[in-house]
Amino acid sequence: MLTMNNVSKVYRTNTVETHALREFSLTVEEGEFVSVTGPSGSGKTTFLNIAGLLEDLTSGTYELDGRDISKLSDKERSNVRNQKIGFIFQSFNLIPELNIFDNVDVPLRYRGFKADERKRRIEEAIEMVGLGSRMSHLPAQLSGGQQQRVAIARALAGEPRFLLADEPTGNLDSHMANSVLDLLDTINEAGTTIIMVTHELSLADRAKRNIFVRDGQVSDSAPELHLASLAAG
Amino acid sequence: MFRYYLKLGTLSIRANPILSILMVAAIAIGIGACMSIVTVRHVMSGNPIEHKNDQLFHVQVDNWNPDDPYEDPDGAPEQVTYLDATALFNAGRAFRQTTSFKTSRVVQPSGDDARPFQEESRATTADFFPMFDVPFLFGSGWDRSSDETQEQVVVLARELNEKLFGGEDSIGRTLMLNDEVYRVTGVLDNWNPVPKYYDVNNNPYEAPAQIFLPFSVAIAGNYDNSGNTSCWKPIPDGTGREGFLASECIWIQMWVELQNESARQDYMAFLDAYVEEQKLLGRFPRPLNNHLRTPAEWMEYNEVVDDEVDVLLSLAVLFLVVCLLNTIGLLLAKATRRSKDTSLRRALGASKAELFRQHIIEAGMIGIAGGLLGIVMTWLGLRGIENVFIEYDFIQNLVRMDWSMVMLAVALAVVSALGAALYPIWRTCNITPANHLRLQ
Repeated sequence: MLTMNNVSKVYRTNTVETHALREFSLTVEEGEFVSVTGPSGSGKTTFLNIAGLLEDLTSGTYELDGRDISKLSDKERSNVRNQKIGFIFQSFNLIPELNIFDNVDVPLRYRGFKADERKRRIEEAIEMVGLGSRMSHLPAQLSGGQQQRVAIARALAGEPRFLLADEPTGNLDSHMANSVLDLLDTINEAGTTIIMVTHELSLADRAKRNIFVRDGQVSDSAPELHLASLAAG
Repeated sequence: MFRYYLKLGTLSIRANPILSILMVAAIAIGIGACMSIVTVRHVMSGNPIEHKNDQLFHVQVDNWNPDDPYEDPDGAPEQVTYLDATALFNAGRAFRQTTSFKTSRVVQPSGDDARPFQEESRATTADFFPMFDVPFLFGSGWDRSSDETQEQVVVLARELNEKLFGGEDSIGRTLMLNDEVYRVTGVLDNWNPVPKYYDVNNNPYEAPAQIFLPFSVAIAGNYDNSGNTSCWKPIPDGTGREGFLASECIWIQMWVELQNESARQDYMAFLDAYVEEQKLLGRFPRPLNNHLRTPAEWMEYNEVVDDEVDVLLSLAVLFLVVCLLNTIGLLLAKATRRSKDTSLRRALGASKAELFRQHIIEAGMIGIAGGLLGIVMTWLGLRGIENVFIEYDFIQNLVRMDWSMVMLAVALAVVSALGAALYPIWRTCNITPANHLRLQ
């Protein structure tokens, strides 16, 4: 379970102080598929970065599976990221010089699995996203949709409890986007909690719960209204 | 994970070939410049007789001018007079002892077509060879009895034996030197100690003599000393060779072998007693100033390594530092270029320690490549030094690169690369992943 209470994130320069999140509170239960929407600059990505332990929070508390994240050491935070969280980025973020097999292998290396265990997990994950015949291909040899599938395979190979997706279909056409969404549905049905940041209403609609973020806070208004307002504007 | 990091390092080097080549080149050039001077200094400051360093002692007694020390403020003369050399040698108070001086002989090869030629020679005593562990290809040195009977025997260097006897075992064969017949008792194997510790007063870097013959024969035959001679008292006119031998001129190197500290103390007491006795005869007007110095102490005392070499070494090290600063800049550029990759690895679970290990291994690989290329650069640097100083025939003795220098070059390159990489890696490990993954 993911719980944030009154989380704030402030970016400071010498002259400017920007509040990306203000007393942001949210609870996500195990097995949920939550979409996070909101206007640009509302704090969606900052929320996702903090949830994924990619950034520190300025104040408030954040508990993941009952552990206060702010008290963890760098190694413990790395372990949490490695074992409990999978990331899917809009720009896929595959390592260009590694082939598909080795890209999916990256998080497993830091997990300390033995070679045969890694191989089993990698092959299963790649088969699951339908790219079993492309394991030795480099990312540049794949289409955008295929690259995103590889990124999903990489996120899934470690069997994480949480999948954090930041605009996962932002760089894909509608056909590929739907196929990726179908895959996320399947993953969620298998028990993985998914938090997906998106601008696209049709994608947000496919989540079981919608969160609307405005000015760094979860809005109190009903999600339907926000979706409608997004659609209107 | 080590093999994995090696693989990542290889991929990274391939992915950034220009930056990688520049880094390797910067390290290699710095190592080459530094190691060229380090190698020369290493050769100059070496001790070829280190294994007997605590048993061999150069003898100094101060017979110099009471009003003007040999060397300020109270340095004793570096060589001894004939009077003292023979007196100390004949006393036989050391386990082994040798007196020697540099001379030259005209070699008259047999055969009608062979032309005579001059060869550098060393007049010395029988103990010279066992004292300094001189290696023999054939035969051995002469006996002590040959010193006493002034027997005309000779030991040849390997090179001269090749020239005169085609490299064959020439023991027992005869050789004409300045119209006198000598019998060969031994042929040296390759022997070229650098520095030439047993005679640092006459260019410590030149090659050893080609001919070794008995000191007593050289004295009886009035062989000229072709090394340094220093006098503080004029030799009486008309006294000739006898006057020179009886003078206070110093021109002979004397060494003793003493097997332990007790023997050293006894010999020192003997030297003091000898000088006190000579004072009664009107010699040695200065205060007691006798010394027994090991080969290492003797070379240091004589500043075998010139101060200019140390200045050059400092400049070479500074040049290496400049090259490493360039390397740091290149590594920072590479780190910036790879910040997305690093952030991604952080997101996927790499701790700072894991990233540090990955990048330090890559830096080590760059260092090894720089070291290997640095060896080539060092070799080129040494050839450059050799060409610049080609007119000095001893220069070849100073530009030799041994295995210890090869290993040092690689080690220095790796340590330099790791040192240069520390700050860029520290910055890499401390980036905030979100800042770089956010870019879409």
